[in-house]
Amino acid sequence: MSDAVVDAGLVNYGVPVIEVDDLEVNFAGRVGMIAGLMGKKGADAKAVDGVSLTLHEGEVLALAGESGCGKTTAARAMMGLLRPDRGQIRFRGTPLQSSARGLQPYRRQVQMVFQDPTASLNPRQTIYEIVAEGLRIHKIHNGPGGESEDELVARALSRAGLRPPERFYLLYPHELSGGQRQRVVIAGALVLDPTVIVADEPVSNLDASVRGEILALLMKLRRELHISILIVTHDLGLAWTVADRVAVMYLGRIVEIGPAEEVLQRPRHPYTKALLNVVPEAGGADRPILTGEPPDPTRIPAGCRFHPRCPAVVSGRAAELGIESKCRGEDLPLLQAAPEHEAACHLVPLELAP
Amino acid sequence: MSVLSVRDLNVTYTTKGGDVPAVRGVSFDIEKGRVLGLAGESGCGKSTIAGAILRLHSPQTKIEGTVLLDGQDVLALSPGKLRAARWTGASIVFQGALHALNPVQRIGVQIAEAIRVHGMAGEREAFVRAGALVEQVGLPSRRIDDYPHELSGGQKQRVMIAMALACNPSLVIADEPTTALDVMVQAQVLQLLRSLQHDLGLAMLFITHDLSVLVEVSDDLAIMYAGRIVEEGPAERVFRSPVHPYTKALAAAFPEIGDVRFRGQPSGLGGDPPDPQLIPSGCPFHPRCAEVTEVCPTIDPELWRAGEGRTAACVHAEGAPVFEGVQR
Amino acid sequence: MTTTEPALADAPVAPPPGRLTPRKVRWLRRRRALGRFWRQYRASGMGMFGLVILTFFILMAIYSALGYGGSTNPIETLQNPTLEPPSLEFPLGTDNNGISVLSLVIKGSKTSLLVGLIASVISMVVGTLIGMAAGYRTGWADTILMFITNAFIVIPWLALAIVLAALLGQNLWIIIMIIGLTSWPGTARLVRAQVLSVKERTYVERSRALGGPGSHVVMKHILPNVMPVIFANTILTIAIAILSESALSFLGLGDPLNITWGTVIDQAFSKGAITIGAWWWLIAPSTCIVLVVLASTMIGFAFDEIVNPRIRER
Repeated sequence: MSDAVVDAGLVNYGVPVIEVDDLEVNFAGRVGMIAGLMGKKGADAKAVDGVSLTLHEGEVLALAGESGCGKTTAARAMMGLLRPDRGQIRFRGTPLQSSARGLQPYRRQVQMVFQDPTASLNPRQTIYEIVAEGLRIHKIHNGPGGESEDELVARALSRAGLRPPERFYLLYPHELSGGQRQRVVIAGALVLDPTVIVADEPVSNLDASVRGEILALLMKLRRELHISILIVTHDLGLAWTVADRVAVMYLGRIVEIGPAEEVLQRPRHPYTKALLNVVPEAGGADRPILTGEPPDPTRIPAGCRFHPRCPAVVSGRAAELGIESKCRGEDLPLLQAAPEHEAACHLVPLELAP
Repeated sequence: MSVLSVRDLNVTYTTKGGDVPAVRGVSFDIEKGRVLGLAGESGCGKSTIAGAILRLHSPQTKIEGTVLLDGQDVLALSPGKLRAARWTGASIVFQGALHALNPVQRIGVQIAEAIRVHGMAGEREAFVRAGALVEQVGLPSRRIDDYPHELSGGQKQRVMIAMALACNPSLVIADEPTTALDVMVQAQVLQLLRSLQHDLGLAMLFITHDLSVLVEVSDDLAIMYAGRIVEEGPAERVFRSPVHPYTKALAAAFPEIGDVRFRGQPSGLGGDPPDPQLIPSGCPFHPRCAEVTEVCPTIDPELWRAGEGRTAACVHAEGAPVFEGVQR
Repeated sequence: MTTTEPALADAPVAPPPGRLTPRKVRWLRRRRALGRFWRQYRASGMGMFGLVILTFFILMAIYSALGYGGSTNPIETLQNPTLEPPSLEFPLGTDNNGISVLSLVIKGSKTSLLVGLIASVISMVVGTLIGMAAGYRTGWADTILMFITNAFIVIPWLALAIVLAALLGQNLWIIIMIIGLTSWPGTARLVRAQVLSVKERTYVERSRALGGPGSHVVMKHILPNVMPVIFANTILTIAIAILSESALSFLGLGDPLNITWGTVIDQAFSKGAITIGAWWWLIAPSTCIVLVVLASTMIGFAFDEIVNPRIRER
C-alpha cells in the first residue's frame, strides 16, 4: 500500500493476514494456599474479553488504550506467547496450533518488537549472535538466494539502519544507544523475512527526539518490504503519525475501530473522546477529565463496561435520551457508525456525537 | 525579586571514570506565581539542577555558581540554615512516587514528619494539618491512615504533592511528576498542580522530557541540551515557533492530532544525546543538527536574542553575531 | 529532519574481505569476555590476595601428587627426633612418630583440596540441575523439588553425616559423597531464585517469540546468566567442603588410611598434643585450613562484586 493511497484517505485493504475471532484471555485469581484448599477462588481477571480484529497485508494497525486495557495481552496472544481461553487466531486463514512445535513456522512469519530495547537483548551476547539467533533456531543455514548466515545478518542490520553492519558484529548491547538497541531488535526480527511485526510500545522507552527515526524505519519496512505492522501503544499522537487504522481498547474489549483520520478526528465512543481530550496541548484549556482510577479487570461493570465513568451517563445526557437503562444493563458489540468505522456505544444508533 | 535566581550554575559529578560535567553554566529566574518548564532528554542535566537547588548531591559533587532562593544563596548556607531552607523555601515532588514513600509508614505520619521536623507544629496539630493537605490534593482526609500500598499510582502522586506543600514553600520543584502515570491520571494530576499553583501563588520549576505536558502547564519554557540551556522563552511561542534546531526536532516528536503535516511523517534525530564526558566541540548539537553550518563546530554559542523575550544559543538566532558562512 | 537512506532493496549483502564466520565471532566474544573479566578481577585487591594464597596451596597439592614432600611413613622416620618444635631441619616440627609436620601438611593438602573440589562439584551439579528444573518448570515439579530441597536443608548435616559414616564405613569417597549430597540444597535454592528472575527478562521472552524451544532458551539464555552466580557460589562451597571434611575427620569419622589436614588435627588431639605442648602439630594444619577458607571467601567476594552489579560501589 503506497503512502499516496493512504494520504488520499482511501484505504484499500489488502488480504487479511491475521484474523482474531472473539479472543478471550483470563488470568486466574490468586488466593493463599489454605484458602485455595478450602475451595475459595480469587476473582479472575478478564484481561481480554472478546476481541475480534483483522490485520490486513501492508497495513499499520494501532491498538491503543491505557494500561490494563488488555492490549499487550492481546498482542501476546496473537504472537502465540499466551494461550487464549477462548476464541481463535488465524494466520492467512489457518488457525494457530497450540503446541510449541506447531507454532514454529508461524513464528518465522510473525515477529515481535518489545518495549524495552535494553531488556530485550541478552547482555552477554554480541550483536551478531543476537541477530543470528532467529536463523539458528529455525535452522536456516542459507538464504533463498544462497546467502550465508553472516550475509543474512549483514543484510538485516543494514535494513534496520545500522551501517556498516560489520562494525556492530562484536559489540555488546551496553555499548549501543537506546535507538541503536531497538534497531538491533528490529534487525533480529527482519532476518527471518517476516510478514508481520507486532510492536509493543516500540518507542516509549526511547528519548523523544529519537522516536521519529524508529517510527520512520517501521513505515519504511511497511512500504518497501510490505510487512504488516501491529503497534500497541498508549500514545494517540503516535497512532496519528503512523497508523492506517486505530483500534481503541477499554477493559479487555475494542470499543472503537476505524481509519485513523476518522477515529482520531471524529471519535464516536465517549472513551476515545475522553482520551483525545487529555492529550496535552498548548493553552491548557479546561476540559473534562474522567474521574476515578483506571478500572479493575476483575470486576467488569454490567451493561456497557464504560458506563460508570461515561460522561454521557454521569452528566445525565443518557437519561435525557432515554438510553440510560441500556447503558447500565445492556452489553453491546461494535456498531456501525460510518463506513469502516465502528464503536460500541448506545449513542451510535442515535447517530449523535458522544 | 525572583523567588529563584540561578546564575552560572555548574555541577560536576566525580566518579571513578573521571569528572562528569552534568550542568555547564545554567542561568534562569523564576518569579512568584510563574511556572518555568525545563525540558530535555537523558543526559541533559535537568534532574541534576533540581538536586542542586536544595543541595541534595553528595559532598563529592562539585557545584559552582549562585542559587538565590528567596534572596539567600543556597550554595553558601551553613548546614543548619540549609536544613531550615529545605522544604520551607523550596520542596520537591519527586519522580516515580513508587520509591519516594516509605512503605512501612502511614501517609499521615510521613506528611506530618515534614511539618514537625521544621518545628511548625506539635504532633496533634501536624496531623490535623496533614489531613487538611490531603483534602487539598483531592483525597478524603481519612486516607492519612493508609499505607502507601493501599493507594494507586495517581493517589500516591497526590500525596507527594501534599507533602511538598506541607511547609508552605515559595518554590515547588516538580521532577517528572507524571511520567509513570496513565494519560487520564496524568491529566488529573496536572490539573491539580495547575490549580494549586494558581491558588497558592507558588513559583514552580517543572522538569520533564515530555514537551507537550510542559507547554500545557508552563508560562516559560527552557530547553536543555548537553548541560546547557539552548532556548528559552514563553512556552507556547517556543513550542509553536522554535528557533533552535534541537527544539524543532523535539517539538516534532509531539505531534498534534488532526494536523496533517504530521500524518505519515515521523521525524526524528539521528545519533544520540552526547555523553557528558564526550561533549562535541563548539556547539554541542552540531553533529546532529539539520541546519549545521561550517562555523558551528568552532564557536561556542551563547543565548542570543531570538525574538521578543526569547533567546536561543544558535548561530541562526536573530541576535547572534554575524559569522562568516551563516546566512540569515 | 530524517536523513535520506538508501532504499532497502539496495542493502549491501556481501561483507568486505576478512569476514567473520560465526565460529570466529563466538571465539572472539569469549576471548573478549575473559579479558574483560580478568581486568576487572585484577582490580580487586582482595580477589588477587585470595587467588595468590589458593594458587600456593594448589601448587603444594600438585607437588605432593608428584611424589615430593618428604616421607610420612612412620617406619621411615624412626631415626627422626619425635615431638620436636620447629627448627631449621624440620620447619614445622615433628609429630610423635618423628614425621615432619611439613610433610604431613604437604601430603594433606592434596587430599583436602581434592575432597573439597570433588564434593563441591557434586554439590554444584546436583544443585544446579535441581534448581534449574524447579525454577524453569513451575507448578508441580517446582513444589516437589523445593519440598525435597527444604527437607534436606532442615536435616542437621552433621548428624546425617555421622549416621551415614557409621552405616557405610569410613572411606574417602563416602566422605566426599556425604559432603556433596548434603550441601547441594544451598546451591539449588540460589539457582532457582536466579532462574526465576532471569526467566522473566524480556530477552528470554524474545527468544521464545522467535520460536526458540525450551531447551534452546535454557541453554542459550538462562544458563549463561545463571552460571556466574553459580561459580561465585561454588568457590565458597569448596571452602565449606574442606571445613566439613576436617570436622568429620576431627570427629574420628575420616578415612584413617588417608592423610588430610583434618586427620592430622585428629591425630594430634588424640595423641595429646595439647597436654604435651606440641603446639606446632596443631597450628600448622589448622592454619592451612583457615588460609584456604579465607582465600576461597575472598575470591568468592571478588567474583560476586563483578558478577552482581548492585554490589559494585558507585
